[in-house]
Amino acid sequence: MDKIVAVNDLSRSFGSKSALDGVSFHAGAGQVYGLVGANGAGKTTLLKHLLGLLRAQTGSVRVFGRDPVRDPVGVLGRVGYLSEERELPEWMRVGELMAYTQAFHPTWDSSYARELLQTFGLDQAKKIKELSKGMRAQAGLVAAVAHRPELLILDEPSSGLDAVVRRDILDAIVRTVADDGRTVIFSSHLLEEVERMSDHVTMLHGGRVTLSGALDDVRHGYQRSHVRFAEHFEQPPVLQTALAMEGGGRSWSVIHSGSLEQFHHSVLALGGEVVESRDATLEEIFLARAGRGRQPVEAA
Amino acid sequence: MDITINVADGVPIYRQIVNQVKYLVASGLLRAGEELPPIRTLALQLKVTPNTIVKAYDELEISGVVHKRRGSGTFVSEGRQQLAIRERRRIIEQRIDALLAEGYQLNFSADDILRMVRDRKAAMDAAEPADVEK
Repeated sequence: MDKIVAVNDLSRSFGSKSALDGVSFHAGAGQVYGLVGANGAGKTTLLKHLLGLLRAQTGSVRVFGRDPVRDPVGVLGRVGYLSEERELPEWMRVGELMAYTQAFHPTWDSSYARELLQTFGLDQAKKIKELSKGMRAQAGLVAAVAHRPELLILDEPSSGLDAVVRRDILDAIVRTVADDGRTVIFSSHLLEEVERMSDHVTMLHGGRVTLSGALDDVRHGYQRSHVRFAEHFEQPPVLQTALAMEGGGRSWSVIHSGSLEQFHHSVLALGGEVVESRDATLEEIFLARAGRGRQPVEAA
Repeated sequence: MDITINVADGVPIYRQIVNQVKYLVASGLLRAGEELPPIRTLALQLKVTPNTIVKAYDELEISGVVHKRRGSGTFVSEGRQQLAIRERRRIIEQRIDALLAEGYQLNFSADDILRMVRDRKAAMDAAEPADVEK
């Protein structure tokens, strides 16, 4: 697999606040990478390093084998980026934004840009500042994908958007990968979207990577089991590998990691039985891990 | 192709696609020789990463449900009869598993349930003798 992105042991702090702490992240060609984590977990900070907007304090960042801070031209010309704030030049008209963006990108595909503008119903004569939130996102999206970048980076692309525009963004991700075999990295707090669109998922928590891998492997590492006990429990019973429990009395629903066999044993030891198990969803894993993160000690 | 993805049910998405294509073939809604949608088309329809469709089609090919033709597309294979039996069995087995799990929760043993299935069948036969097929 060609390495598109290689981040190794990256740390970054702003003043006394640590934003990234020993983060490693790798991306190969033709895959979609989902980045999840609560607000302030470090997702945007990581993405800004890939774009050369932040310099690595410790560790290294390579995109297409290059340092994005030292060689911005060699990196940014091959990257498309949609920021969460959608920083677009307010005074430009949509058509001018396209011409402006095109000037930086020799690979600009005018017919693709036209097709997208038409699909979105964006008027080229309109000024950016006159656009609605959804239309700004669409304009930013066209500017990010029309040069058919080898790497598309989307920071919270769906944030605050209605279903129609969210669909446009997901379509752009699919087309980037399916048409050209290119790479997409996107961050999102919409876990269902990440679960559908990602081949790989990386979970950040407090600036550290708490989970990373192929989505199916990550999900397969966590189970949701329904457990019944002979006796009533007022408080959740202590089970090895359990990350989160809800329920009451004799019946509990448990999110747990590790082997199913081990879990069966620990349930059996408390006089219970596992009624049903299935792979946990990303949302269940995320909530269970985030809940655990509040407790003092966590072994990775 | 009529496929629905449910992210909440814990089954990997590629497997949901595999299962539903198998079901469509087993039930005759997809016939031998019919072409499955191109990867890009189905990915856009379902809003999933294209690699998931690739994985699903690969698995369907390995299990002999479809075959790929070089430079064209993915087609439903012949010989679905044998598959249909296996697949019909699998569908019923899933229902049985759910029934057993629910029976367990309500304190019915497998033998209880077997007896109840026979009783229900008898009751149905008695109620509507004319409607029973074959």
